[in-house]
Amino acid sequence: MRKLFTLMGIMIIASLVLAACGGASPAPSGDPVTVVETVVVEVPGETVVTQPQGYGTILARVQERGTLVCGGRTDLLGFGFLDDNGNNVGFDIDLCRAVAAAVLGDPTAVEIVPLTAADRGPALQTGEVDLLSRNVTWNTKRDAEWGNFTVTMFYDGQTFIVRNDSGIETLEDMDGATICVTTGTTTEANLASAFADAGLAFESVTFEDTQSVYSAYDEGRCDAATSDASQLAAIRVGLQDPSAHKLLDFTISKEYLTPAVPTGDDQWLDIVKTVMWSLIAAEEFGITSSNVEEMKSSPNGDIRTLLGAEADWGYVQLGLEADALARAITAVGNYGEIYDRYFGASGVFQLDRGPNDLGINGGWLVAPAIK
Amino acid sequence: MYFNFDLSMTVTSQTRQRIPLWRDERLLKATAQIVSSVILLGFFYWVFSNFIELTQQRGISLSYRFLSEPAGFPISESIIDYDPTMSYGRAFLVGVLNTLNVSAIGIFLATVLGFIVGLARLSSNWLFSKIALAYIEFHRNIPLLVLLFLWYFAVFNRLPPVKESIELPGPIYLNLRGLYLSWPRLTETGGIFLALIVAGIIIAIISWIVLTRVRERTGKETHFISISLGALFVFPIIGWFAAGGSPLWVDVPSLEGFNFSGGLRLTPEFAAMLVGLTTYTAAFIAEVIRSGIQAVNRGQTEAAKALGLKNSYVLGFVVIPQAMRVIVPPLISQYLNLTKNSSLALAIGYQDLFAVGKVTINQAGRAVPVFIMVMATYLALSLFTSFILNFYNRRIQLVER
Amino acid sequence: MASQTNVLAPPSPPGLLDWMRRNLFSNWFSSILTIVSLTIIYFSLVQAGTWILVTADWRPVKEYPLLYLVGQYPRDQLWRTGLSLWLFTLLIGMSWGVWEKFVKAFAIFLGILLAVLALFPLASETLTTEVRLAVLANPLLIYLGYMLVRKTRIRGQHVALLWMIVSALVVLVILPGFTGNDVLPRVETTVWGGMIVTLILAAGGIVLSFPIGILLALGRRSDLPVVKVVSILFIETIRGVPLITILFMFSIILALFLPVESRIDRLLRALMAMTVFSAAYMAENVRGGLQAVPSGQIEAARSLGLTNFQVTALIVLPQALRAVIPSIVGQFISLFKDTTLVVIVGINDLLGIGKSILSIDPEFVRLQGEVYVFIAAVFWVFSYFMSYASQQIEKALGVGER
Repeated sequence: MRKLFTLMGIMIIASLVLAACGGASPAPSGDPVTVVETVVVEVPGETVVTQPQGYGTILARVQERGTLVCGGRTDLLGFGFLDDNGNNVGFDIDLCRAVAAAVLGDPTAVEIVPLTAADRGPALQTGEVDLLSRNVTWNTKRDAEWGNFTVTMFYDGQTFIVRNDSGIETLEDMDGATICVTTGTTTEANLASAFADAGLAFESVTFEDTQSVYSAYDEGRCDAATSDASQLAAIRVGLQDPSAHKLLDFTISKEYLTPAVPTGDDQWLDIVKTVMWSLIAAEEFGITSSNVEEMKSSPNGDIRTLLGAEADWGYVQLGLEADALARAITAVGNYGEIYDRYFGASGVFQLDRGPNDLGINGGWLVAPAIK
Repeated sequence: MYFNFDLSMTVTSQTRQRIPLWRDERLLKATAQIVSSVILLGFFYWVFSNFIELTQQRGISLSYRFLSEPAGFPISESIIDYDPTMSYGRAFLVGVLNTLNVSAIGIFLATVLGFIVGLARLSSNWLFSKIALAYIEFHRNIPLLVLLFLWYFAVFNRLPPVKESIELPGPIYLNLRGLYLSWPRLTETGGIFLALIVAGIIIAIISWIVLTRVRERTGKETHFISISLGALFVFPIIGWFAAGGSPLWVDVPSLEGFNFSGGLRLTPEFAAMLVGLTTYTAAFIAEVIRSGIQAVNRGQTEAAKALGLKNSYVLGFVVIPQAMRVIVPPLISQYLNLTKNSSLALAIGYQDLFAVGKVTINQAGRAVPVFIMVMATYLALSLFTSFILNFYNRRIQLVER
Repeated sequence: MASQTNVLAPPSPPGLLDWMRRNLFSNWFSSILTIVSLTIIYFSLVQAGTWILVTADWRPVKEYPLLYLVGQYPRDQLWRTGLSLWLFTLLIGMSWGVWEKFVKAFAIFLGILLAVLALFPLASETLTTEVRLAVLANPLLIYLGYMLVRKTRIRGQHVALLWMIVSALVVLVILPGFTGNDVLPRVETTVWGGMIVTLILAAGGIVLSFPIGILLALGRRSDLPVVKVVSILFIETIRGVPLITILFMFSIILALFLPVESRIDRLLRALMAMTVFSAAYMAENVRGGLQAVPSGQIEAARSLGLTNFQVTALIVLPQALRAVIPSIVGQFISLFKDTTLVVIVGINDLLGIGKSILSIDPEFVRLQGEVYVFIAAVFWVFSYFMSYASQQIEKALGVGER
């Protein structure tokens, strides 16, 4: 008898604990598809706008927590890796820091959650991370299922890395070859469909983690490895004899690497998009991390607005402070500075800007007008 | 007399006393059952309502219809035909077959190796038994995952490249891309040969059983060993000639382009998985066998020796049959462990059931249905294996009073 | 007078040659085995020796000792991990004093291990003198704890209570810290790694699974059908699936079953998975122990008028648990080795840190063997000595003797 009560008691306590772990209580059910709860956002001085439920929740959560939880990685040179002191650095990491600087005022108030390829989607779906910046390819299925994609910050394509002496130049040369690839990625699926469309056959060797894929390639287990060109360039630096390998000069897919946010909160989506655009716009305007202060009194009205010196670039509705974008640019620099830090002359390896240049320079990066 | 209390009154008052409701065991038990069911069901309901809410909000669907959609991802090796245009269901089947493949062969090899090491451990040669001890202690104290990494990354990935393969007599080629064996394959006339081999095996087994029974009952020598083995060998020889010459041709691996083709190929992933699982489980099986043999009464061995039986007869007819009673239950759990441990294949690139499931979740996005399938398959495998082996176990256990 | 009879001298005790003749060369087969064994031993020792000492490049191991121990824990906050270790070694010393026969072997092993670690002649910039001294303090603390208990009247219950308090303190307060606090700034569990994570997962898993396992075992023996069925279902399901699926379930699937926007720490999810897994096996162990308690005990207790609860708690459980302590230690050892699986769900335990160290420097690609051999060695040392300690416990308990 008593042991039964003990069991019951423990189950009750367990249920209560699990219930308490949840932040917001579950929304009242009904038919979530047609009935939408609204949240009235009071914006002083403006007309009252009703927003769908969920609006503002992530910003509130991040500010209350005091840190930005960012899904990233620690194992890809250039994009997300550890420096000698064990700090998280990288192109994607810097994007997170920019958002943290804008929202919380402190670029170091970031918690990087290392995610494997298989964890990325669920982590975003369940809202475990506020921002997923892990060189994630934007495609329609992921946009539908995982969350909302913000602004493509790195345009890339999938290609192959082969040994110089293998004599491989085109896709047809790889008929029957053994190819190493990371599992659970679009890379894998693109590889299969590219070969199927060309009527060629290949043998795959797949691993969960990137490091095993490339060490298998390096040891000679495979004739080629495939991934985004930027990732291959990063990996080549880490091979035993980088000069003995080359990247093929064609791509078999579009890999637009884009940070993503959980679905359901338009305000957060807008915040992240605006921060990303500000980094691009800063390079267009010539604002760098060192001249932000003097640029605040620039003769160009758009620059002054961007840096929060006058007028509203949208920060009022977004719940940020006027100089949020200025803080972001001061913390990580403009797009060009971030790019050069990792892929420039003094970076971990060199990558041509290519499509990752400003639209005004012939690249594909654009930002909408300020104000 | 000072005994003036009325006994009859005490007795009747005892029989008329009713147990109060709150102490009535049956009622309390019934209430407890109802209450516990309510709590459990309420808990599950709460969990599931959360789940439904999340899936509707995030648009994660729950149906199994995705199983017929094309998978789109390659699988590095499979026993049946597979290419990325086939369905998810097919990919899942490939994963299951891969798991069964490595588990079945692993169980067989681990048992053989475990027997050898276990007997070596009991050898009277001090040095030999210490080597067996070192083997057992080494494998029992390190995690299987580390062992697999060692075998795969530090051994199989260090083999010479294809152009410089190690060539063993056969020819057998060992290189970075795998182990290529010359393998006999059947020609058109091979069917007859195969049928006669099977017939030979069946007849050998039947004759073994029948002749052993006759021997036990009548005490007469029936030479059952020679007859059975004779049948086993004679029939294939008849089959060879009946098939008109050579029912087999040897498939020799030869280097063409990037890889070898022909022959039987074992990929490094499969080989590392097999070797790792086998050596690891064999250490545990060796311990089981050792304790089983040591559990047999010493008097049995002594009596058998006193009867003049050779050492091999003592071991084969007296000790091991009795040891089996003690050995089989823990042996079953080691087999189950091996099957479950095959799920670590994910880490070294061998695509077993779990690895395929994980990729499916990532490509198709249906986390819960796929996960249920994976868990259910493992459960089914475990239950099936333990069911079969428990059947054998019950047959050999002593019936005790 | 006794005549001098020829008394044969007693045979001299068997010498080395005699022993060799008996054990190594007793018959022709044994002699062959000896020769084969000697060649095997010679070749493996020579190969292993040359590899370890000459050809292997131990840089991934030598240059990053702190990463293996604490992962990415902020280097300026390492005093917290040091303090936690001190607290635990003090408690281990005190446990040694209170439950001498159980803990002695383990406590001594730990002391020797930490002393060796502190004094290891490895030139490394992270292993400064302060760090070495801090680690060296640990064996002294073990001894201090032992003497403390010997001199004062601290008893088993106090030490058990202290264990619970200190464990909760370390895992919930000291190591993670609080946001905005200056003394204990927040250190997210995502940066914890290496030995800390392995130990937390293994020890936490066993300790937390203990009560759950007992409840499940009792539930399985219960008369109430609902409880019995649920217990059996739970135990058989968990035991029938691999640990990796349970880890996967907790780290990815679980989030789908909790209220939206709840966020459970990744390390906690892994810990819950290990606990649940271990609880099912613990339940089976305890069930074996419960069956070993003679029914006469229960009948005698009932006839004394004890209630069901008292019978279970005071008579049955103590005897049952005493019988299963060796198998519980065995379960701890295998759980300790199973913590390596969390590398597959993205948690940096010792093996995970080893893998990420391999990607720090491009030259380390060839050095996988070194790292994995090192990690295997660490696990081997711990497991071997824990099983040795387990044998000591069995002897102390007199298990298996009449």
